[in-house]
Amino acid sequence: MRRLLTLAGLAAGPLLVLGVFFVLPVSGMLGEGIWPGGDFSPGAVLDVLARPRTHRVLWFTVWSAGLACALTLLLGIPAAYVLYRLRFPGRGLLRAFFLVPFVLPTVVVGIAFTQLIEQWGLGFLDDSPWAIIAAMVFFNLAVVVRTVGTTWESLDPRPGEAAAALGATPWRVFCTVTVPALRGSMISAATVVFLFCATAFGVVLVLGGLRYATVETEIYLLTTNLLDLQAAAALCLLQLLVVTLLLYAAHRSRAQASPTLDRRTPSPQRIRRGDLPAVVVTTLVLALVVIPIASLVIGSFTVDDGWSLANYRNLDRLGTSDQLEAIRVTDALVNSLRTAFDATWIALLVGGLVAIIVTRRSHTGTERRLRGVLDGFFMLPLGVSAVTLGFGFLITLDQPTVNFRDSPMLVPMAQALVAMPLVVRTIAPVLAGIDDRQRQAAASLGAGPLRTVVSIDLAVVWKPLLAAAGFAFAVSLGEFGATSFISRSDHPTLPVVIFQLLGQPGQDNYGMALAASVVLAVTTGLVMLAVERLRVPGVGGF
Amino acid sequence: MLSIEGVTVTYGSVPAVDGVTLEIATGDVLAVLGPSGCGKSTLLRAVAGLEPLLSGRILHDGGDLRGVPTHKRGFALMFQDGQLFGHQSVGANVAYALRIRHTPRGRTRERVSELLELVGLGGYGERAPATLSGGERQRVALARALAVEPSLLLLDEPLSALDKTLRERLAEDLRGILTEAGTTALLVTHDHEEAFAVADRMALMRAGRLVQDGTLGEVWEHPVDAEAASFLGYASVLEGAAAAKVLTAAGLPGAGVVALRRSALRVSGAGPLRGVVLSSRLTPETLRLDVDVEGLGPLGAVAAGGDKSPGVGEVVHLEVDPERLAVVGRR
Repeated sequence: MRRLLTLAGLAAGPLLVLGVFFVLPVSGMLGEGIWPGGDFSPGAVLDVLARPRTHRVLWFTVWSAGLACALTLLLGIPAAYVLYRLRFPGRGLLRAFFLVPFVLPTVVVGIAFTQLIEQWGLGFLDDSPWAIIAAMVFFNLAVVVRTVGTTWESLDPRPGEAAAALGATPWRVFCTVTVPALRGSMISAATVVFLFCATAFGVVLVLGGLRYATVETEIYLLTTNLLDLQAAAALCLLQLLVVTLLLYAAHRSRAQASPTLDRRTPSPQRIRRGDLPAVVVTTLVLALVVIPIASLVIGSFTVDDGWSLANYRNLDRLGTSDQLEAIRVTDALVNSLRTAFDATWIALLVGGLVAIIVTRRSHTGTERRLRGVLDGFFMLPLGVSAVTLGFGFLITLDQPTVNFRDSPMLVPMAQALVAMPLVVRTIAPVLAGIDDRQRQAAASLGAGPLRTVVSIDLAVVWKPLLAAAGFAFAVSLGEFGATSFISRSDHPTLPVVIFQLLGQPGQDNYGMALAASVVLAVTTGLVMLAVERLRVPGVGGF
Repeated sequence: MLSIEGVTVTYGSVPAVDGVTLEIATGDVLAVLGPSGCGKSTLLRAVAGLEPLLSGRILHDGGDLRGVPTHKRGFALMFQDGQLFGHQSVGANVAYALRIRHTPRGRTRERVSELLELVGLGGYGERAPATLSGGERQRVALARALAVEPSLLLLDEPLSALDKTLRERLAEDLRGILTEAGTTALLVTHDHEEAFAVADRMALMRAGRLVQDGTLGEVWEHPVDAEAASFLGYASVLEGAAAAKVLTAAGLPGAGVVALRRSALRVSGAGPLRGVVLSSRLTPETLRLDVDVEGLGPLGAVAAGGDKSPGVGEVVHLEVDPERLAVVGRR
């Protein structure tokens, strides 16, 4: 009974937060779709889904995400091999570099590709889906490289050696031994990448314009431009369903993952002649990562075909358009940092509690069932895209009872909910990996519950906790999907201002957007470099 | 015939194998024995083509293996824990090398059931490796390695992961299977019993270097030094006056360093040595004593069990069995 009470006490905080800031917005959004104006009419949802425009959007979402996902895997797997199995100078630096696109704010990625098209005279790409797909690949390579790479790194080499000794060529060893062992992580990576591509928001909004819309951008357009809340809610509903199913499939594939039981980390090999194709692909991938970033940086230092710092000097000036309501980019950066700071501690607090709750061992059947239910509930935010969340915030949290519309904590809260699953995913495996007997040993030596947590759990978890904090901070800094709905016009965050700058005519504004993107990218890059220095395995992997 | 000539392998700047020269005649089973970290597994991996040689060469039937990749050497490798492919059935694991060589399907099926019979696992073809016990997994790994009649079988501590009874039984089976098939094999192990049970010849390795090699009898009867003797399972090693005294008591000429098994000293009324019993413990076969022997110090000894068995503090006479001691470093 006491254990159940402790569990209830620990769970109360996260439950309240999720109740108000997740269940309420999402159910409000669902209500908008199915009970518009208080009448139960699910038919309206079907009407929206029957529109030809909806069909186009759905079809584009699926095929662009599918293609981008396949390309990402095709390029990412050889790169994972080179970066995690081979030995060469500068490997650590290269690995960190490959993580950069993933933490770049989506708006920045969008701008980098816009700039690339402009600078290299690739105008024919301007109005085609290829730029979107390339940006998706660019953005998600890190997921494949990290997820597959870390598994590959710790893969026991001996089954492969046994196969080679039996006469299997390297290619045959790869197909019959390595791939089956990596299958779990490959499926896992593929699912996550598909999910990220299908729910890509900032990239598509910047590159796709009105012509190419995914479900996410369509929800945004329907809400903010067309004010068709019912149609937006219908799409949210559909997306919620599909994303939840996908995540469930990913979870199942992880559960029955790789058959290799015991693992040890082999020392990486020298590069051999047979590795040439993988090295070539990796170089190609490196180019794909470097070129957009480089063209963004070059563009930010260019004014009228000459080198100049003018774009950066402009960052401290008031915008030239009244729509920007006289916001300095530097002020927006300060807003962003403040917001991200708040979002980080909320995400750490709630996510940390959730991680503790779901990883503690249950002693009775009731406790186990309760924990199972809580586990499922806390994973729900994973299934909801940032845009759905932002939309839900927009339509529910301005009611008289729960009025957070003007609270300065609204945006940090939304960002915290986006970052929280990352925190849980970084910390929970570490906590679960602690043998419960260690805690029992500490208790038998006279350590009280608090002392046990400090000397056993905290000792192991502080580094991953710090890494999770950095990761949450970087994600919050670049968060655009949810923030774009609820950002207050007098205190916009940097990604929102960049997007607004892009929408303004004039070379000045465009240059400022480029410079602001570089500033944002450098800030998140520095945070991620610090995270990488902590050397916590698996951060950024799925 | 496999010839290892002056082979050196390094990890970074640390030599793991340092100038080792060895030969294995066709049909022989050679055990490389040494403590963990002595470089024996590295030597095995070098023969398999998994570690590059810094210097020296490895010849197989006269042909230099330099530059021949692992999969073209025609050897087979069996690891300590089997390393079965977890995603394939037992039958598919055994058939792996046959599939690579495009053996016709019917022939493959035949051969797989033949091999599973050979290792005593007939009818296990459809099982998943995860459902097998440790001993069964090792048997499957052996069947898989033998499938294409490798010209050299490389065994890396094949029995070390098993418990004692199982190890003894499987060692015997392994010996039987290898001699029956006439397989040339290189076995590395840290367990002298495993080496004695399976091999024809033995090589001792220490800190990357070869310290002794020969037939089982040669190595056993004449360990090259005190350390080798201890490693081979001798209970104690004596030098100088103590060694001379033991040799005299055993009726052997000469002096030098002597390695004794526990059963070399036996309680006997007319024995030439005298000592005080320090402790005694009954084992299923004999009574094991620790005796402070005059002029030699505390040593292990045995006595017949029963009522007349000596108690602690009693003075006993001991005889020396010349069959159960070895003169170290002298032929």
